[in-house]
Amino acid sequence: MTTATENAVFAPPTDGRPLRKRLRNAERRRKLLYGCLILPLAVFLIVAFVWPIASLLARSVDNPEVHDNLPDTLAQLGDWSGKDLPPAPAFAAFARELEATKGSPALPAVANRLNREETGYRSLVMKTARKLPLEAGADPQAALIDIDERWGEPATWQAVRRAGGALTPFYLLAAVDRSVDADGQVVSVPADEAVYVDVLLRTFWMSLVVTACCLLLGFPVAYLMANLPAKHSNALMIFVLLPFWTSVLERVAAWIVLLQNEGLINRLLIATGLIDSPLQLLFNRVGVYVAMVHILLPFMVLPLFSVMKGISPVYMRAAISLGCPPFKSFRKVYFPQTLPGIGAGTLLVFIMCMGYYITPALLGSPQEQMVSYFIAFYTNQTINWGMAAALSAVLLAATLALYLVYARYLGPTRTQAGKAR
Amino acid sequence: MLQPYASPFERLWYVGLRLLVGLVLLFLLLPILVIVPLSFNSDTFLMYPMAGFSTRWYEEIFASPAWRQAMMNSLIVSPLATLLAMVLGTLASIGLVRTEFPGKALLTAILISPMVVPVVIVGVAMYIFFAPLGLTGSYTGLVLAHAVLGVPFVVTTVSATLQGFDFNLVRAAASLGANPVLAFFRVTLPLVAPGIISGGLFAFATSFDEVVVTLFLASPEQATLPRQMFSGIRENVSPAIAAVATILIVLSILMLITLEWLRRRNERIRSGRS
Repeated sequence: MTTATENAVFAPPTDGRPLRKRLRNAERRRKLLYGCLILPLAVFLIVAFVWPIASLLARSVDNPEVHDNLPDTLAQLGDWSGKDLPPAPAFAAFARELEATKGSPALPAVANRLNREETGYRSLVMKTARKLPLEAGADPQAALIDIDERWGEPATWQAVRRAGGALTPFYLLAAVDRSVDADGQVVSVPADEAVYVDVLLRTFWMSLVVTACCLLLGFPVAYLMANLPAKHSNALMIFVLLPFWTSVLERVAAWIVLLQNEGLINRLLIATGLIDSPLQLLFNRVGVYVAMVHILLPFMVLPLFSVMKGISPVYMRAAISLGCPPFKSFRKVYFPQTLPGIGAGTLLVFIMCMGYYITPALLGSPQEQMVSYFIAFYTNQTINWGMAAALSAVLLAATLALYLVYARYLGPTRTQAGKAR
Repeated sequence: MLQPYASPFERLWYVGLRLLVGLVLLFLLLPILVIVPLSFNSDTFLMYPMAGFSTRWYEEIFASPAWRQAMMNSLIVSPLATLLAMVLGTLASIGLVRTEFPGKALLTAILISPMVVPVVIVGVAMYIFFAPLGLTGSYTGLVLAHAVLGVPFVVTTVSATLQGFDFNLVRAAASLGANPVLAFFRVTLPLVAPGIISGGLFAFATSFDEVVVTLFLASPEQATLPRQMFSGIRENVSPAIAAVATILIVLSILMLITLEWLRRRNERIRSGRS
């Protein structure tokens, strides 16, 4: 196998094509070859990552229960005005299709789905299914109404039709504490059922606090490291990198040891006489904040350090020599130059915080659980995948929006550019 | 550093800053300082003061079938996932650096995205997607998932290394008669190897510390070390956890040293060339 370049340069022009054209072909072939190198990874990620996530997100609007199990009924209800009772074939189709679901998981699925339209429909469907099949020759309409008189009300059939769409906004609306009422209006759910807006706000708030703490603690560390001789700053860097490389779970375990009621922190505080009885530091917000700040602090220090390393000390010296007081010249001259690093660090830490699951799950009470916990809860505990998918969609949207800001304005290439300046 | 003519305010600032940074670094190191001695505690409680020195917890974890299984699983899953991520990621990085095409930015974003998407979403999505394929509760599924999570680290570090790679060297090899495959193994690979190994170490560390996706995908037989630690912490924080943690700390120190060595070697080669 000889290379394209070799042919283009050394082979005699046998086919009469102009050299420029052959060079272009060779270049195209080279590009194609290199393009093929990307292919295996692209295919792997699309199959094992992009596709699963896309199909998860699709579940947040998926509404298969009634749509797949009662197709003929829905077809019969298609032209129905909705005012009085549906046409007789609709009753017949419903009785037949509901009977077909008996003994399979489809029946409770349909019952649960209809129950979401109106409480009480689950028992209505289960009770009706038990009395099926109808006696041979019986009028399906009369027989169904005989089983339960609610089948004689147009509202019931409207609910069936409403629940029958292939797609539903239900889960996504529920993820922001909204629902659709019988008239098709989007309304807030009753206050005692509204939980997710609180959870989202809590996720945001906790991420904000952790990010702020990381910035306050990380800024002086990065500043000192950037201004020390390389020998010393490399030593300090190891202190930052070592926790960065140790396992998250190991650090969670260590914080349990430190923060428990008989732990070192409480003993120290009691020994110094600051407190008389142990403080509750674990399984509340304090413990979660401490551990999260500890885990995320290196992610703040590293971008800050790389930006500060690129700031020439000349500017500060110039400001001071021109008579600007040290603190003011720090604020007016040095600080503005660190802004790309601050932006990159805070966004990075905030994005990571929002998806946190392990630390709050192990160190927090139910009041500290963030969106991720509820996504896991709906997947594993209640098997409500629609709800897990909708919360995932909300979390993913928030994360990607912030990441786009980061990549557009503050990404690694941008901070590198700041370094070169 | 501090000039003899420094004002009292400057002296205060000098000392204050160092004190503050010292406290923050202490905060960063505290968990390691606390957990390592406790792993040698002879008592059953993970608590200070220590009762006495003993290696019983190390003996215990090496004797316990659950911990041994977890170590085995971690040593099966993480290297395989790292290898997969390294091979696919390195090939793709070379392709990305050497070509321009419409949609390249989008494709790069997709290759990096496993680093950005919250890991719970990755776990849930893979669980729901893998379950009907029979890949949940299997080593294959776990290796694939961990490889996905490691890929962005390989792609970013190898791409960064390739930015400084002189592709004229490949042309020179070709002009001397090497075919592309030979040129890759004899010229490109040795020169970008530090980047590939750093990326691989990041991928390995990610996989070796991964617990969320594992929680969703692994059955008890596939429980990895972090997964086993997770249930250990949930049930009862015993010194066995501290012993496992200490082993992991030693491992991460080794990885950190390797990485630092690679970085210096890379710097030396570059400064030598220019």
